[in-house]
Amino acid sequence: MEVLFMDALDPVVLARLQFAANITFHILFPTISIALGWFLLFFKTRFVATNEQHWMDAYQFWVKIFALTFALGVVSGITMSFQFGTNWPGFMNTVGNVAGPLLAYEVLTAFFLEATFLGIMLFGRGRVSEGVHTLATWLVALGTTASAFWILALNSWMHTPAGFEMINGQAHVTSWFEVIFNPSFPYRMTHMLIASGLTGSFLLAGISAYRWLKNDRSKDVMAALRTGVMVAAVLIPVQIVVGDLHGLNTLKYQPAKLAAMEGIWETQKGVPAVLFAIPDKATQSNHYEIAIPKLASFYLTHDWNGEVKGIKEFGDQHPPVGPVFWAFRIMVGMGLLMLAVSWFASYELKFKNALSKRTAMVLVAMTFAGWVALVSGWYVTEIGRQPWLVHGVLTTAQAASKVPAGNIALSLAMYLTLYAALLSAYVSVVFYLAKKAVDGGHEASTDLKGIRHA
Amino acid sequence: MHEFGVDLMSPGGWLPLAFALVMALSMLAYVILDGYDLGVGALLDSADSVEQKDIMIASIGPFWDANETWLVLGVGVLLVGFPMAHGVILGALYLPVALMLVALSLRGVAFDFRVKAKAQHRPLWDKTFYIGSLLASWSQGFMLGQLITGFQQDTAGYFFSALIGFCLVFTYRLLGAGWLIMKTEGALQMQAVEWAKSSLWLTAAGVFAISVATPLVSPRIFDKWFSFPNLLMLLPIPAMTLALFLVIRRSLSRLPTRFAQGNQYGAGVPFASTVGIFLLSFYGLAYSLFPWLVIDRINIWQAASSPEALMVIFYGVVLVLPVIIGYTVFAYRVFWGKSTQLRY
Repeated sequence: MEVLFMDALDPVVLARLQFAANITFHILFPTISIALGWFLLFFKTRFVATNEQHWMDAYQFWVKIFALTFALGVVSGITMSFQFGTNWPGFMNTVGNVAGPLLAYEVLTAFFLEATFLGIMLFGRGRVSEGVHTLATWLVALGTTASAFWILALNSWMHTPAGFEMINGQAHVTSWFEVIFNPSFPYRMTHMLIASGLTGSFLLAGISAYRWLKNDRSKDVMAALRTGVMVAAVLIPVQIVVGDLHGLNTLKYQPAKLAAMEGIWETQKGVPAVLFAIPDKATQSNHYEIAIPKLASFYLTHDWNGEVKGIKEFGDQHPPVGPVFWAFRIMVGMGLLMLAVSWFASYELKFKNALSKRTAMVLVAMTFAGWVALVSGWYVTEIGRQPWLVHGVLTTAQAASKVPAGNIALSLAMYLTLYAALLSAYVSVVFYLAKKAVDGGHEASTDLKGIRHA
Repeated sequence: MHEFGVDLMSPGGWLPLAFALVMALSMLAYVILDGYDLGVGALLDSADSVEQKDIMIASIGPFWDANETWLVLGVGVLLVGFPMAHGVILGALYLPVALMLVALSLRGVAFDFRVKAKAQHRPLWDKTFYIGSLLASWSQGFMLGQLITGFQQDTAGYFFSALIGFCLVFTYRLLGAGWLIMKTEGALQMQAVEWAKSSLWLTAAGVFAISVATPLVSPRIFDKWFSFPNLLMLLPIPAMTLALFLVIRRSLSRLPTRFAQGNQYGAGVPFASTVGIFLLSFYGLAYSLFPWLVIDRINIWQAASSPEALMVIFYGVVLVLPVIIGYTVFAYRVFWGKSTQLRY
């Protein structure tokens, strides 16, 4: 108990908890808005192309959720921009020459673009031409994606740093191309954007199914439902392949993380794929292991008897095994569930031309399934990078600040309370908006229709 | 810049200077732009009716998000351009920064929730928006107080900073009221004139307090202002500031009669003059502090990142910042004129 208490007051532990809390909360919202921005653009361009009102109705409904999501992303993102410095001064002092320009380009090319044109996208219809409004929607979608590009370039560089040299303990860039397109970046970027697409499409499907269950069978609900289900069904197999490739990339550059993901303690040939186990760091072994012989060797090395390094190989330079092992299984499990549900739902929609009540209820339950997969995936990759902050360059402990533990504890308590409140408010308001749309028809957009026809 | 041993012809000399300028201008843009929408937030609780609140919110709706991005740019430049100072400054301001972030979060989301949550929750989100705006303004003022006292962390320092926080709330209220006078009509506009009047004196008190305190903190700053011929050349700054306060006072006493006659002439004067006061105060402050990021301890050259990293960002700034300013102006033009109900 005493040990636990001491641990809890360790400023590094507190700083990590706080940063993890902030970034976990933050990532929920951009993940949705990146995909939703493109979905909105799709609705908008369908409307412009076909002049069918239901596409505009879908746009009008989803743009409200987009605006709410965006606002939450902005405010939690501002918090992030401060915490890089307050919690991890060693990060900028050591790798500031790499991280600084990447962050600066994110602000310059993405933040202003999306924030400014969001105003026009939300409130500008009727004040600007239809073409300029569509352009604004384009720019907002581009802005959110550009933001992901820069921040994932930096994040990937922290996992697989390249294109730099260390001079007097500071990283100096030798090639910006190698920095940005570092070895894990193409995989991480693709994996993340598809994750965003899946999160967005399950949200679309879940909320539409919710309205459908409330007997709202209007054309815009069906259009959004179809869009969500079909996009999910197409993206999920691609995601599984990309995820596998990303895993191979991890095996090459961060073998300790991969060993923790797979729960492999001993370096061996013909490694089994561990389906279930309780990893024990004290005995450095798994309890209650259920495994398929040789399978891991096959999918990791494409050889049934291929050798894979175990955790013991890395001394104490390896991440905590339990969290990485479990987070990985949650992510994969959720991915497989998403595959089954999206394929079954698209089968029903495509061949039976109707959704069964049970499938609709499952879709509602999985409205935020993308979040679960995404957050556990991030825990795999970020906890898996420990003890490093920048792999092989800087450890997390070296980067921590000297801010008194009491101050961090106080701000952490504030943030956690705030985030719990905001998250529950967000989820309930999203469903409330759906319910209101069912009850009130489409009255909210009527006056805008008036403007359009005038 | 011989006294700092800096060669302005070398990239290591002029790049930090250029970035200090970009950071200062971003912060200036932030306090003016987010200042008016924080001010409108801090006035929200004084509005008479739900309709008035809706129009007040509508007047800032399309802009607040982009306004806050200037803070991200300003702090971003501090972080990437002057990492050492970023650690020291934000470390010293840890708790007020945390308070500001929580407050900004609350108001940012309340803005959306108030129209989307259940109707009976709306007063709660309005209150959240109001309190968030108030606390964010106050904590920014507190940080300003800390900055100009060189992060004096004792009772006197805290008291002074708290006082500046209090004054900044009223300064933002003045700016927000000026914005509402410009963007609204009828009863709300009349109300905004009264709000501006009631905020004027504490704004002046804040500007005065900072002007007196800054030279007292550092003998170097004192000499900068009060030696000859500097004193004569700098005199226009306080003189123009005083003149602008008088212009606002006169305008506020004349506007109600004009508005009553349906004449909108001069509705932009209080806002524009308040912006003028911001510009002059900012200039004065920058003159006092330059080139120190932490008074007499860390200057911009000591804190700067490597010239090559700054150069990479500099290209981006030169290329992109004009574009940002361009589309910002475009967005303001789109929503030019009196505010109407926002619906989407």
